[in-house]
Amino acid sequence: MLKVDNIHTYYGNIQALKGISLDVEQGEIITLIGANGAGKSTTLMSISGVETPRSGSIIFDGQDITHKSSHEIVSMGVCQVPEGRHIFPQLTITENLDMGAYLRNDKDEVKKDLEYVMDLFPILAKRRHQSGGTLSGGEQQMLAISRALMARPRLLLLDEPSLGLAPLIVQQIFEIITRVNQEQGTTIFLVEQNANMALKIAHRGYVLQNGMIVKTDKASALMEDQEVRDAYLGV
Amino acid sequence: MNPDVKYFLQLVLSGLTKGSIYALIALGYTMVYGIIKLINFAHGEIYMIGAFTALIIGGVLQITTELSPLVILGISLVAAVFYSAAYGVTLEKIAYKPLRNAPRLTALISAIGMSLILQNFVLLAQTSDFLPFRSMIPDFSFLIPGKSLLTTTQLVIMVTTFVVMLFLTLLIKFTRMGKAMRATAQDKVMAQLVGIDINRVITFTFVIGSATAAIGGVLIANHTGQINFYIGFLAGIKAFVAAVLGGIGSIPGAVLGSFVLGMTESLGAGYISSAYDNAFAFLILILILIFKPSGLLGRNEVEKV
Repeated sequence: MLKVDNIHTYYGNIQALKGISLDVEQGEIITLIGANGAGKSTTLMSISGVETPRSGSIIFDGQDITHKSSHEIVSMGVCQVPEGRHIFPQLTITENLDMGAYLRNDKDEVKKDLEYVMDLFPILAKRRHQSGGTLSGGEQQMLAISRALMARPRLLLLDEPSLGLAPLIVQQIFEIITRVNQEQGTTIFLVEQNANMALKIAHRGYVLQNGMIVKTDKASALMEDQEVRDAYLGV
Repeated sequence: MNPDVKYFLQLVLSGLTKGSIYALIALGYTMVYGIIKLINFAHGEIYMIGAFTALIIGGVLQITTELSPLVILGISLVAAVFYSAAYGVTLEKIAYKPLRNAPRLTALISAIGMSLILQNFVLLAQTSDFLPFRSMIPDFSFLIPGKSLLTTTQLVIMVTTFVVMLFLTLLIKFTRMGKAMRATAQDKVMAQLVGIDINRVITFTFVIGSATAAIGGVLIANHTGQINFYIGFLAGIKAFVAAVLGGIGSIPGAVLGSFVLGMTESLGAGYISSAYDNAFAFLILILILIFKPSGLLGRNEVEKV
């Protein structure tokens, strides 16, 4: 479904990605784990078209999206929940969710999806008229994921959904991610520092180090891998 | 009527008129700042170009046709709006867009450069003299010159400004493009990630900002009866003060700031000294920068890590 082939992405003169290749199959949960600054967010931003790789290619559904602008990529069904959640602070919860469906014209279906995400995260229904900036970190993460779901993505990119959240909330959010994958068939590409949680729900995983993929395997195999255990699982 | 009261009311009306013009210009400053965080110093020039467009189109129509003044006003307004909007959009494309990821100061210098270029272009194309502008606004019969407090042009300016504000509020609150503008102003990266075409939003913002400034330019030309290449500079700076006063980036703030500034100038000139007419604006700027840098309605920017 998604094929990233040898991309190099720079910030000015600093090379953040040094030839990343990976692929994601329909219906999978794929995780990309790595330390701070390894290039995880840059990988997602390159896929979403916010950053443009200097070389290499990104193919989605057989179409080259390497140089497409981000709104075109969203319209093809690739949506991202960026690191730090990026809630529109002065819009209400409902307005934030509406923004997620910005490109859609099928009002009735949007309404159904609104009910669906409110059902996934009942707290959002309770606070629907509050502005986004007043939510707690966990609620903002729930809103950010819901907003992305409002676009009915075929491929959902999640950037560190566990960042800065209490373990119980992280648990809840990861359960929802699995549920969305199973119920809606949404393909999920999950970037995480919390390798433990990520590998538990993922089918396959990639390990990123200094802008390069150093390892890839089934998630269960990565969990058993000695190097991965030492470096990322803290056991 | 008591002459003192009459004098006061006249000052208030003149302040509201000034405030209206400032508001029409300040809107462009504040909207552009909200979206791309740039003080578009060439914005006053767009207003000046609007006035010149009306002078040329209106002048030709006044001489060559028998159309009624109001029709001529309407045509020249539309022409000024389109011509200025084209200037605004072109300005963004050639002077700001290539600098989108450059340090903010770079774009600011580019803006000042564009301001000088446009001024001097009009200076060369026209003259440095003030050109007479024959008012296209016929006196309304219910307002008797010398007797009524309000003049016809003042009334037209205030009503037009009100209509423009109303239109803009509805546009931003309820349309899809308005939503996209608000989202882009709040978080540009996220706006891209929900599928908003940022470039279209920026172009649209320049169209709207330039159009309102052009309306201001046409109205003021009708009011003062003369224009030259330099009118945009001072008006632009003052509208900028108004936008900062209200809280740059905030649309209601720009309107409020404009009326506060217009009133202060008018009352200050009327009761203190008309020689310091322009000084009041800059006094206000200094005070606001010292005591409330975020402006009357601006929010303090909290940098969240």
